[in-house]
Amino acid sequence: MNLNALHVGLFIPCYVDQFYPKVGVATLELLEKFGCRVSYPLGQTCCGQPMANAGYERDTEGTARHFISLFKDFDYIVAPSGSCVLHVKEHFPKLRDLEQEQREIHDKIFELTEFLTDILQVKDIKGKFPHKVGYHASCHGQRGLRLASSSEMNGTPFNKAKGLLENLDGLEWMTLNRTDECCGFGGTFSVTEEALSLRMGKDRLDDHEQHQVEILTGGDMSCIMHLQGIASREGRKVKFMHLAEILNQAIQ
Amino acid sequence: MSSRESILGAIRAITQEKKNLPELPSFGISEEIETAFKKSIEGNKGEILSEIEFLDWLSKSSWANVFSAVSAYATASTLELPQDPHELEDLNLAILEGQFGVAENGAIWLDDRQLPHRALPFITEHLVIVLRKSRLFPTLHQAYENIGDEHSGFGLFIAGPSKTADIEQSLVIGAHGAKSLRVVMI
Amino acid sequence: MSHPQAATEFLKDQAKAKWHDETLWFVRDKRDRISKTLPEWEDLRNLASQIKENVLSKLDSYLEEFEKNAVRNGMRVHWAKDAEEHNEIVLSILQKQKCTAIVKSKSILTEECHLNPYLEKNGIEVVDTDLGERIVQFLNQPPSHIVLPAIHLKKGEISDLFHEKLHTEKGNEDPAYLTHAARLHLREKFLKAKVAITGVNFAVAETGEFVVCTNEGNADMGVHLADVHIACMGIEKIIPRRKDLGVFLRLLARSATGQPVTNYNSHFRSPATGKEIHVILVDNGRTAQLAREKFKNSLKCIRCGACMNTCPIYRRSGGFSYGSTVPGPIGSILSPGLDMKKYSTLPFASTLCGSCSDVCPVKINIHEQLYEWRQEITKTHGELGKGLSMKLANGIFKSPLAYKISGNLMRTALKTLPKSLIYHPINSWGKGRNLPETPQESFKEWYQKNRT
Repeated sequence: MNLNALHVGLFIPCYVDQFYPKVGVATLELLEKFGCRVSYPLGQTCCGQPMANAGYERDTEGTARHFISLFKDFDYIVAPSGSCVLHVKEHFPKLRDLEQEQREIHDKIFELTEFLTDILQVKDIKGKFPHKVGYHASCHGQRGLRLASSSEMNGTPFNKAKGLLENLDGLEWMTLNRTDECCGFGGTFSVTEEALSLRMGKDRLDDHEQHQVEILTGGDMSCIMHLQGIASREGRKVKFMHLAEILNQAIQ
Repeated sequence: MSSRESILGAIRAITQEKKNLPELPSFGISEEIETAFKKSIEGNKGEILSEIEFLDWLSKSSWANVFSAVSAYATASTLELPQDPHELEDLNLAILEGQFGVAENGAIWLDDRQLPHRALPFITEHLVIVLRKSRLFPTLHQAYENIGDEHSGFGLFIAGPSKTADIEQSLVIGAHGAKSLRVVMI
Repeated sequence: MSHPQAATEFLKDQAKAKWHDETLWFVRDKRDRISKTLPEWEDLRNLASQIKENVLSKLDSYLEEFEKNAVRNGMRVHWAKDAEEHNEIVLSILQKQKCTAIVKSKSILTEECHLNPYLEKNGIEVVDTDLGERIVQFLNQPPSHIVLPAIHLKKGEISDLFHEKLHTEKGNEDPAYLTHAARLHLREKFLKAKVAITGVNFAVAETGEFVVCTNEGNADMGVHLADVHIACMGIEKIIPRRKDLGVFLRLLARSATGQPVTNYNSHFRSPATGKEIHVILVDNGRTAQLAREKFKNSLKCIRCGACMNTCPIYRRSGGFSYGSTVPGPIGSILSPGLDMKKYSTLPFASTLCGSCSDVCPVKINIHEQLYEWRQEITKTHGELGKGLSMKLANGIFKSPLAYKISGNLMRTALKTLPKSLIYHPINSWGKGRNLPETPQESFKEWYQKNRT
């Protein structure tokens, strides 16, 4: 694959842009380490997911059009977020006049993990990351984009992130009690059903702690932001890194 | 307009896409059929007995009220079948014949022909079902193929003794139906 | 009480909430283990889904076929357009029989129609004979789970209840002891009842028969000793062919409780000599749901409860928090169709994690329908949207977060985002969580500085 001929558009979720810029930097650097030519359209704002999930998908036409206009000419669009990618693919309002562009974007937008495994076909990453790592399987990425098999389904188990991480030197992939239970973020759910959201987050953290996880990672900073918020309020020791940060740090 | 007409009318008023009825493949099981059946019955908290074991058990037990619908064990009966099934409320043991068994789940099929009273397998305190080893099917798919379009007013798949886990998910055997199921394989 | 309020209450008793969550997870785990013993599990789900979609596409002709065959078999078929009519039909059969005391096995449909209070108001004693249902009946509660009605109760509570109602030994919590007491108590009722009511798990159009599945044997104990059997069913419970039962019975118990099959699967085709079987076909909002293109597939449901067992919200808030006859994920896509205003918080009582859709034996796209209901609810209930909007507005602008954020996001976003996002109670984030630290520069600023 002639990577230099392909132009990757970097899509950075709004909350990553504002609160976790290092994840954006790690994503960009990581893609470049694998030989991609990456550009970041400066005009991007939000994919519109929070509004759509709150019941106002019909009001997200403006954000959808804006997104399409910024990204339609790239060969691939990559984002360090499963839920934002899923939203663009499945929950943009149908725009009759942009039907072709929408269809093309649906086919060329990828979450970071699946872009690395499926498109770049990355195998055998060489690098060091001597830590006990717990993976949080963000729901939209897992069940929406099928980045990993669901524990409740009957099929050959697979996990795209695991394939990328487990061969790093010294990395120990810790098994959890509940491998893919939701963390309780759920967007506006995190504040409209605050008590439940908190309880679910605490239960996830307890599971990781019980299994001696040092670094909790995943593909979505939204989940991590929620879990990290609880952990720091409660003084828990576990640390948090997006898997782009782990891979970027491990690979020189 | 009758409710029947208004309900059917409401359904017909909806334009619907055609959705085909799928053909059903015949799934099998990987395990040997008799072994699988035994495991299923035991998993359902029933017991498998050979005929010798059954006769031995029968001779050692002293039930007050026994009824056998199986002619081979008619001598075990201590009573004649009453006309009113309510009179069976103190029945301790019923011996019935099963038509066939299903290996994947231990289900045994009986219909009105094996049930002189439909209440029999439920009202009895303990239940014995006699089954031929040659009459075992791998899954419910083959079971229903075998039943075909046989018309019986009542048919039953019974797979074990009565049970419940309604109290804190603790399994208790003997809710309202039989407290035990012994399957005699002949 | 809205779902969030009820959930907050439920979670106050942390130990009990944790126990409830773990108990239901245990049932989900049993389901997982047994489903993985069948290599064809996902194929079965596909078949079941296709069969049910075919049923819904031809529901009228299947219902007519069922009726024709059932009547030919000697059963009587009634049609009820709503809950009231269903209840009236039941009562009229009882009055004709001069019957004033009945037994009833598990039927969520009769719960939906509020049959028990209606009959009791008309002088009929109703005894629910499923152990879990009898327990909640004693407590004057509805079932909290459609398959495990008393899952929210600990054995100590049941022990106290039985001590009061059945005179069992005080403090004896042994489940076997308590179950045996219920067996004796309910046996009396079975022996006396002239009419028994059951639900219907599946009705077969081809043969005019229906199937009732239990583990306890209570449905059969009731109907075979009674003179009249009344079977109540939602019109969507039809399946086309007898052999389709092979698919559904292989999926049902494995999905519901992790057992290979329920103990008893009784196929009713004709009444025993001198007895009667009545089948009541009930609409009660089902044809309306069928007309809703995005939600019609919720009618594929076979009432297994697997979605409840897997739902992280159901497990941590309990069935009662939904305030609907059918709770949990499936309840949240069925109930708004019945009363959108009353059940408006239910589709939002979810993170849309999608686990429910993955466990559903008939492949209902539950999590997608939850999302679609949100769109409907905000369209119809503007005041709900406005309420949320106002909270959002107060939230963002009151919160220190809003001031920490660089102006850029808000300004750019506000140009394209609708009011509904801007107004959000972000300040309730801070009850149990810290806000993320605001970095020196946004990614955009870093990129502009370093890469352009």
